[in-house]
Amino acid sequence: MSFSEILTVFGPSLMAAMGQTCLLAFRGLFFGCIIGIVVGLMSVVKNKLSRGIALVFVYAIRGVPMIVLAFFVFFGVPMAFKNFLHINLVLSALQAGTICLALNCGAYMAEIIRAGIQSVDKGQMEAARSLGMSYWRSMYRVVMPQAIKTMIPSIVNQFIITLKDTSILSVIGFPELVNTTKNVIANTFRSFELWAVCAVMYIIVITLLSVLANYLERRLNRGRS
Amino acid sequence: MVDHKKDRVKIHVEHLKKHFGHLEVLKDINLDIYEGEVVVILGPSGSGKSTFLRCINRLEEINGGDIVIDGKIHMADRKVDLNKVRENIGMVFQHFNLFNNMNVLRNLMLAPVDVKKTDKAVAKERALKMLERVGLLDKQDAFPSQLSGGQKQRVAIARALCMSPEIMLFDEPTSALDPEMVGEVLQVMRQLADEGMTMVVVSHEIGFAREVADRVIFMDGGYIVEQGTPDEVILNPKNPRTIDFFNKVL
Repeated sequence: MSFSEILTVFGPSLMAAMGQTCLLAFRGLFFGCIIGIVVGLMSVVKNKLSRGIALVFVYAIRGVPMIVLAFFVFFGVPMAFKNFLHINLVLSALQAGTICLALNCGAYMAEIIRAGIQSVDKGQMEAARSLGMSYWRSMYRVVMPQAIKTMIPSIVNQFIITLKDTSILSVIGFPELVNTTKNVIANTFRSFELWAVCAVMYIIVITLLSVLANYLERRLNRGRS
Repeated sequence: MVDHKKDRVKIHVEHLKKHFGHLEVLKDINLDIYEGEVVVILGPSGSGKSTFLRCINRLEEINGGDIVIDGKIHMADRKVDLNKVRENIGMVFQHFNLFNNMNVLRNLMLAPVDVKKTDKAVAKERALKMLERVGLLDKQDAFPSQLSGGQKQRVAIARALCMSPEIMLFDEPTSALDPEMVGEVLQVMRQLADEGMTMVVVSHEIGFAREVADRVIFMDGGYIVEQGTPDEVILNPKNPRTIDFFNKVL
């Protein structure tokens, strides 16, 4: 089979796999952002218990390779449910993948958000509080808008990492791009061409993501000095 | 006897204590500040002046004793509605702390609209009036980064005044300024004092203290060491520590 024949035959399934990759990444990022915001805020408030929980969460997730997390969530957790709780929990690869990505992305996002908030001078919060604003109003109106500006480059970076991390979830059989590429190679034995195609497809999607991020960043900074 | 304009005690401080870890910063502060009085607190750095000021609106937690505002609000009480009390106590900081993400006008309007639910048009009108008063009407659209230090501090004063406070706290308002900009800020403060605002000022501006203060308080080592009229404390101090300080500064 020539290379162009391979592309005509397997192109549609590679494109579909890229779609699955994007779907998984989007779901992981969506829930990851929610986890990141909650845990990030938990790590800056005064309450020691809340800070402790946030710290443990971030340390635990950061300390575990995502491939281990993936096996644990996909195989380990359902077994634990069955053995200890006698509940028959069935997680699809998409569900397990979303959980892994969200936890992983959430932990790193929490660190980005914590660092961003702490980079804003403490005087900003004090000035808002001295005017009678509550802690959360001050956070929302004064601290967060300034923190987000410093966070954006790291957030974009994390988005790209999370998108690439979807490839790890090929190990639990989710039909994303790497998994599908492997299958196509198993049928065609054309490692060089197909891994190259796979790489180029990632580059294209990540470039699109970067362009979108730059556009958003410029819009957010507009009118501010 | 201390000379004061009115007889009503605005801020009553009794046996105030504050420590950071094992470091005792305020050991036993007792003081009455009267309505309309301008009190300037002088003292070496590390004497607890700023900490004392920050205890008044409880930006610092109080570890012992109490501060009573208007004879009824006990600041040491954990259940006191801090946000409500702070509406009435303006504060000006050494490093200005203007909101960097907003222009001057929005800096001034934020708290009145957000906290007091003032109508935007009314808040804007008041903001413009306050800006005019500090001589910065033409800077309403500027961002803090575009202002000089003196201008920033005048905006910060205007921002505090927009909440119509009855008490103003100044935490070394001129210490971070270039010398040539100190005057414009002191001028605004002088005007405020003339209008009868109750003011507590932590400062190193001895000239300002002599000219504007009703009472000067000298703090050292977490205690009020000496207090009285500016001339008494600055020119004829009695306590050895005060004498030593003014010998070095004057």
